[in-house]
This record gives sequence, C-alpha cells and structure tokens, in this order.
Amino acid sequence: MSMEVIQLGLLMDLPILAALLIAFVGKPKNAYKIALITSLITVLPMLGLLASFDWSHGDQYQFAWSLSWLPDLGLNLSIGVDSVAMLLIALSVLLGPIVVLASKRAIIENRKMYYAWLMVLQAAMVGVFASRDLLLFYIFFEFTLLPMFILIRVFGSTNRVAASMKFFLYTFTGSMMTLAGMVYVVYFVSTQTGVWTLDIATLTHHAGAMSLTEQTWVLAALLAGFAVKVPLFPFHTWLPLAHTEAPTAGSVILAGVLLKLGTYGIYRFAIPLAPNAFYEYAPAIAVLAIIGIIYAGLICWVQTDIKKLVAYSSVSHLGFCVLGLAALNVSGFSGSILYMLSHGLSTGGLFLMIGFMYERYHTRDMRQVAGLASKMPVWATFMVFFAMASVGLPGLNGFPSEVLCLISAFQSDAAWSAAGEPGAWGSTLGPWFAVFAGTGMVIAAMYLLYMVGKICFGPLVEPKDHGHHGDPIPKDLTAREITSLVPLTAGCLFFGLQPTILLDAIEKPVNATVNLVEHSVESMNASNEQTDFNIIAEGANP
Amino acid sequence: MSEKLALIVPEILLFITTCIVMITGQWPQRAVRQFTPWICGIGLIAAAGAATATPDAVGTLFPALIPYTKVIIAMVGLLLLLLLSGTVDRDIETDVDRGLKFNPINSNRGEFYAFFLFSLTGLMLTVSADDLIWMFLALELTSLPTYIMVTISTKEHKSREAGVKYFFLGALGAATFLYGFAMLYGATGTTNLAGIAQHFATNGISSIGMMGMLVALLGICFKIAAFPMHFYTPDVYQGAASPVSAMLAFVPKTAGFIAMILLLATVGWHAELGLPGEINALLWIIAAFTMTLGNALALIQRSVKRMLAYSSIAHSGYMMVGLIAGPGQSGDPFWRNGIAAVLFYLLCYGVMTTGVFAVLSAIEKRNGQEADDIDDIRGLCKSYPALGWVLVICTLSMLGFPPLLGFIGKFGLFSSGVSSGNIGLVVVLGINSAIAAWYYLGLIAAAYLDSPGDSVSTVTASPFVSRKIAGVISAGCVVLLLVFAQPLIEGARNAAALSPATPNAADHAPLAPDPRHDEDH
Repeated sequence: MSMEVIQLGLLMDLPILAALLIAFVGKPKNAYKIALITSLITVLPMLGLLASFDWSHGDQYQFAWSLSWLPDLGLNLSIGVDSVAMLLIALSVLLGPIVVLASKRAIIENRKMYYAWLMVLQAAMVGVFASRDLLLFYIFFEFTLLPMFILIRVFGSTNRVAASMKFFLYTFTGSMMTLAGMVYVVYFVSTQTGVWTLDIATLTHHAGAMSLTEQTWVLAALLAGFAVKVPLFPFHTWLPLAHTEAPTAGSVILAGVLLKLGTYGIYRFAIPLAPNAFYEYAPAIAVLAIIGIIYAGLICWVQTDIKKLVAYSSVSHLGFCVLGLAALNVSGFSGSILYMLSHGLSTGGLFLMIGFMYERYHTRDMRQVAGLASKMPVWATFMVFFAMASVGLPGLNGFPSEVLCLISAFQSDAAWSAAGEPGAWGSTLGPWFAVFAGTGMVIAAMYLLYMVGKICFGPLVEPKDHGHHGDPIPKDLTAREITSLVPLTAGCLFFGLQPTILLDAIEKPVNATVNLVEHSVESMNASNEQTDFNIIAEGANP
Repeated sequence: MSEKLALIVPEILLFITTCIVMITGQWPQRAVRQFTPWICGIGLIAAAGAATATPDAVGTLFPALIPYTKVIIAMVGLLLLLLLSGTVDRDIETDVDRGLKFNPINSNRGEFYAFFLFSLTGLMLTVSADDLIWMFLALELTSLPTYIMVTISTKEHKSREAGVKYFFLGALGAATFLYGFAMLYGATGTTNLAGIAQHFATNGISSIGMMGMLVALLGICFKIAAFPMHFYTPDVYQGAASPVSAMLAFVPKTAGFIAMILLLATVGWHAELGLPGEINALLWIIAAFTMTLGNALALIQRSVKRMLAYSSIAHSGYMMVGLIAGPGQSGDPFWRNGIAAVLFYLLCYGVMTTGVFAVLSAIEKRNGQEADDIDDIRGLCKSYPALGWVLVICTLSMLGFPPLLGFIGKFGLFSSGVSSGNIGLVVVLGINSAIAAWYYLGLIAAAYLDSPGDSVSTVTASPFVSRKIAGVISAGCVVLLLVFAQPLIEGARNAAALSPATPNAADHAPLAPDPRHDEDH
C-alpha cells in the first residue's frame, strides 16, 4: 500500500473517526471543534494527493488499491481515482471546513448528532468518487441519503419532515431501479467474458456490446436514479423543498456535491454502459434539460423566498450540465465537468449568504428585506459577487463552463461533424438546442439581478417585528463567516480566470469517454449496415 | 436406515432436550426450573454441532442442504431462545414470589420451552425431508406447537383469539397442501421426492401432477405468510407476545420456504425457461401480490407489530423471487443461484426481525402491557440508547440500506432474478423496497430523531436482560456479518447446489402430457 493510497484512505477514515469521536466520546460543546479540526486536517492529504497525481495520465486510475470483500458477489473494496474523480474529491473535501464554519451559530441543539452525521456524509461523498467497484459505488451513493435525510429532518426549518421524506423516497426509488440496471450490465458482461466482475473499467469495456434494446432499458434504469439526483426536469420536484428546508450546511453540500453525484453517475456510468442508447436518446435528454433550464428559470423569477429562488436556479443550472453531456463531444463533457466543479462554489456561496442573512433577520422573504448594502456592506459585496458568478459573468466561474456547454450543443451538429471538428463526430444536437438553452442565461441574469437589486440596494427595509424579540441588532459578517467565504471566492476567481488548467487536467479522461462512445456507435452503425447489406444481398438472391 | 438416522442426529438431540426440558420446567425447586432455558441452549448448540458433521444426503435433490440450513436454524434458534425465555415464566414466578406454592399441574412453564424446541425439531425435519409424508409431518410438527405458544404467551384475550384464528387457518392451509400431496402421489405413484422427480422427468408432468403441485404450493403459502394465505398474519403477530411473534416470523416461514424449495426441485428449473409455465405464473403472481400487498398495508399501520407482520409478508414476496430464479445449473455461482439467495436471506431476515422484536419485547408500558404503538418507541434512542440503536440498525437493514446485511441479502435476490431473466419481477422488487422505505423510515425517525415526549412516562424497560442481549447480538450480527459474510454466502451456495444427477422434468420437453396417459392410472 503506497503512501498515496493511505492518503486517499485517510480522506474517508478521518471523518469517520471524527464522527465516532463526536458521537461516543466528545461533549456537545466540543463537537464543533472536533469537526472543524478534522475537516481542516483532511485537507492536507487531499493537497498531497493533488500534488502527487500524475495529471498527464489523467484517464488512468491512480492510487489504486483493492481488497477482496465478498468474492461470491464479486464485491471488492477497490478504490482509485482518475482526474475527474480527483477534482470532485478535492471539491468535496474543500467544502468540509466551509460548511462546518458556517454551522457554528445556526446549530445550537443536538450538536453531537449534527456534526457526527456531517462527518459521515463527508466520508461517503469521497467514497462515491473514489470507488472503482460498481457495487461499492452504489453503496456509497445510497449511503449519502441517510446523513442528508437526518440533517434535513432534524435541523431543517418548518416543513422539514415532509421535505426529508420526499428527498429520501424520491432518490431511493430511483436508485433501486439503478441497482437493477447495474446488475443487468454485470450479468451481461459475465455472459460475455465468463467472469462475474464489478470492476468499473472492465464493465465499461464490454457493456457496449449490448443490443440497442438492452442498452435502452439499462439507460432508463440508470437514469431513473441519476436523473432524480441531478435533478432533471420533470424529476426535480423534491429539490426545491429539500433545499429550502435544509439547514445552510445541508444546502451547501446538496448543491455542491450531492447533485453532482447525478451528473457524475451519468458521465461515469450511464454514458459508458449504454453508449448507443445514450447516443440515440441524447436529443430527448437534451430537450428535458432545456425545458428544465427555461422552466426552472421562469419559476425563479416569481419567487419571493430567496432560498427557494436559489434552489430552483440549481435546477436550471444543472440543466446546462446535462446538456453538455448530451452533446457527447469533448467540449460538452469538459464543460459539464467544469460545471460540476464550479456550480458548487457559486451556488454554495449563495446558500451561505442566505444562511447568514437568515441568522440575522429570521426571514428569507424578499418583500421584508431591502437595501441591506447600507447596513451590511461586506455581506452585500459577497452577495453581489456570488450572484454574478452564478449569472455567468465573464471572469468568474459560471462563464467558461456555461459557454462550453452551449458551444458543445452547436458543435454537436451534422454540419460540424462533416467539417471534421475534433470530437464533434456525432450529430445529436444542433444550433436550436443552443439557442433555446441560451435563453436560460438571459433568464438567469434577470432573476438573479432582480433579487440582488431588491435585497442589496434601494432604501433600507428590515422586517417589521425585527428587534422586538430582543434579537441583537444585525452586524455585518464576522471574521469566521468571512473565512468560510474566502475559499469559495478564490475558487470562483480561479475557475473563471484559469479554466484551461482544469480543462487540461480532465482532457484525457474526457477524450477517452468520447472515443468510447464514438467507437461504440460506429461499430453499431457498421454492423447495421452489414445487416442491411445482407438483407439486400439475400433479397437479390432468393 | 442408519444412513437416514445419521442425517437427523440434530433432530434426535433436540428431541431428547425437549423431553428433559418438559420435566425440568415443572420442577418444584426454583433453581432447577430456572436452569431450563440453559438446557435448551445447550441442546441447540449440540444440535448445531451435530449438524455441521452431517454427511451428504445421497440420492436427494439437494445433497448438501442439511448442514448449512440446520446450523442457521440452530443459531437463529439460540437468538429466539434469548428472546423467548421468561415469557410465561414471569407470571408464574411472580405468583411464587407472592407466596403461592408452585403447582406443576397449573403451570405451562415447561411446555413453553418444549414446544419451542418441538417446533425447531419440526423445522429441521423439514430440511431433512425426502418424502411427502415426512414433509407433511415435519411441517405440522413445526406449526402445531406454535398454535399453543401463541395462545399461552400472554394472559390476555387477544392471544387466545389469535391462537384460535391461527389454528383454524393453519388447519386449512395444512389440509390444502395435504390435498396437493395426495394428488402428487396419485399422479406419480410414489411419495419419495426423488422418485417424483424421476417420474416427472421420464413421463412429463401430467395435468393432475401439475394440479397437485399448484395446490401444494398454495397451501404452503400459509406457512410463509404469502398472498392469498396471509390474512392471519397481522392479527396473530399482534395477539401473540412479541417474542413469540419473532419466532413466528422465522420458524414457520423457513419451514415453508424449505418445503417449497424441495417441492419445486421435483419439477426442476429449465435452463432458459425456468419453472414449468403454470407454476412460474402462479409463483410470479403470488410474489408480486405478496410484496405489494404487504408493503402497501404496512404503510397505514400505527401498531409496530402489525407493521412488522405486513413487512414479514412483504419479505416473503422478496424471497419468492429467488424461488422463481432457481438454482441454475449445477456449479453455478452464488449470484445466479436463487435458492442460495433464499437460504442466505432467510438468515438475514431471521436476524433482523429478531432484533426488532427484541426491542419491542425489551420495553413495556408501565401498566405491564406490551409496547406496540409507534408512540411507544418514540425517542427510544434517548431514553434507552442501546435498544434504540438496535432498532435503528435492524430496521435499516430490513429496509435494505447499503451496506447492511439486508442489502447484501437483497442483492443476491436481485442478481439471481436478473440473471435468470425475471427482470420484470426484479423491478417489482425494487419498487417495493422503495415503498417499504416509507414505513421503515417512519420507525427509524420515531426511535432516533423524534424526542421522547410522553413515551418516557409510559414506557419502561422490561425486567428481562436476555431480551436486550438478543437485540444487541442481532444488531451486532447485522453489522459484523458484513465483514464475515463470505463463509455464510459460500455455505448457502454449497447448500443450494442441485445434485448433478437430478433428473430435470423442466428440461424434459413435453410439458403438455398425453391426456390418455392420465386415464391409464
């Protein structure tokens, strides 16, 4: 076991240890400290991994390690990361200390339960991205439901019970179908190779041999779980409720990482395991994504609850992410992965800002607060910054990824493939897709600017009964709160100004996936032509 | 003869223990009386030890079925013993404490343990069965003692009502499958299971043989609490004392599944088509209805025991997926072998459900009544942390939450269902697991997340430490067996390996028999 594997293991083990420590040893008042220290320490091995990762071979699993667990089921504890997984792990680990910092004042009761489950969630998220075994991935994927369920159910706001139930049941139902689909793929590959294996690399290598009908069903099963998680229109109804009711930290993790499990699942499993079916149905999926972009954007426009507004904006933004995947070309995949990484920063930042405001005013209603810039200039500065990042202002994180996703839709057109543009071999989408999706950017600008203009600028309005209950007079952001925002801000700037570093890092795995789909579709077309030819030949010689 | 005796050494040991227990349970000295459960335990351990040494049953359809199955029966039996001990003793010993003289004539203290062991003996005999008559007697030996145990488990009327209901419906079930057995005998001229298999393989399945098989399977549905013979389950589970309900969830169900496995093996699973069409259709419908009904009705329960009863129905439905999938070809691995999945799931289910019932038995209302309402377990993790956590872990496992034991068991059912081509049924199974999440989550949330509220004042720990221990062991198994599941899975795979020499009627092409052939008989 090399040093790096131990570091990768530490990313999961440290939070688990901290959770046990908090739950069984520590006192409630120490829970916050233990969680904060652990999540800060966890950043160190993560940085070590980032440094020792061989980015020039990003498509290969690195830091690989495997231990046989249940050989009769083919289940191995096998971990390892390619560059996409590495970056997503880095994002999850970085969000750790931020959400802990942001929770200090919001969580007063049941602190042991809260921080213990937060740590468990942290470990499970890393596990999802680090799994090289299909069933292990599924185990972690499902396991994230439980901590999140508890965080929403116990620490959420008024409607939390319904929200947590809807969240759990919606995603659990979908992922049971995903399990069935995965088992089918494993079974199919075992009939091909004679070996029952859950190794993701082997499965992706052989799954393309399934017939189109089989692939369609597998795709439907996999999407049942992943599309709910993303969430893709029309499976999005759980998300606004869950986001609105969840505590701030819950919302940040939900937007930052958990939603990405859906898009990551599509990228890592749905596309490689059912390439031909995905190629076939990519336009339909893209249409759903575009409906989501526009429809959720319009809903945002009429919201008065700021948190709900940001929640719906997540639905809208994740639509771009899926659109990029549906384009099935290099720019689409790169843009989509970039979006997975960057969306968490800006939307997570917005949720933090709303959380800080709610702690001060106990309201999220846009009609009750206005002109806060005069009262809390620092807060307003950050609010405007994250809103701009979310809108897609050039120079900030939203811009490069959104533009890449839109360009990919253009490129994914027959005209472009004919021109021999690299990676634009397919013809799944076309300019119209990009045109309609592009309106989403305009709508996003409208609702986010309207919201920011309303609550930050203009004459100062504070809730009427504010201060009557002996609440302290709101002060601007404290040092702790600013500390939690700085990494996000830095991340937004880095993503906006230097996206090429990240694009280079994910180039290899993205190319590999595109090649896999291309190869699979071409070989199926070839065999179809062969069949057509045979039919013609048979017709000619009865 | 001696070969057969070698197969039933565990049963013989249990039977001897039963005889001893019946006497010591009624002994005038209290110390001896109180030693009775220990004797049961020793007997069970001895039986498990003897079971490991059982030779292969040559000439039967599943030659290696006995050791694994009997060991898990004895192990879950030990857990159940921890749970059951003290159930009827308590009232009697309280009377003795109040100065009344112990009167063996009025006491059913010894019988209770004896009946428990009788029932387990019957269960083990079902596993050894190679003959229809043997199987019938074994199934009845499993069930008859449970009717009495239900009735005497509490002093309340509801137990008597439950006992009577259980007895009459049980008699109906028994009559039904006996009728089926008779038809099978009529069709094949033999009661030996291997002989029946041989007859079906050479002559095809006659219509009367098919009828007999369908009727027998329907009758056995009573034992496993499957649609349409499930109606008694909620009433009986609620009427019986919680420890007895736990036993009902495991013992008759296991007997029923083993009997079904042995019966289905006589017609065999075709390599591609699975079971013969009619049987496949019947089991498919039963499985789908059983899961869906069980889960749908569990959703609307407030009584935890009724909820668990309906969930027990649903779990039977899950396991039927494995029955339909069948054992595959000889030498097939675990993920393909539905029978192995069923055997493994029976163990998982036994452990999980015992854990939940152990929690219910380990608390009681202050007025001495059983804790049953969902309000009674509210905030259990705060008022009684150990019990609360046992409930949370075992319920999560029943929900099939990864990576707990229930998930691993369910994965076996999933993979065997998919690889045998029953994808529709697997989808039904998946949807049902999701429906079940609703009420299991309700249970978990009540125990772990809600604050105790009023239940602190109404619920208290019952005086039996052994029940708490049973719960903790169950929860421990649910977690620890994850790491050590491999030997158990391997055991299940070996146990469910169909004898390579098995004549397979399903592979034999003519499923529609020559009508004249029947008239000849």
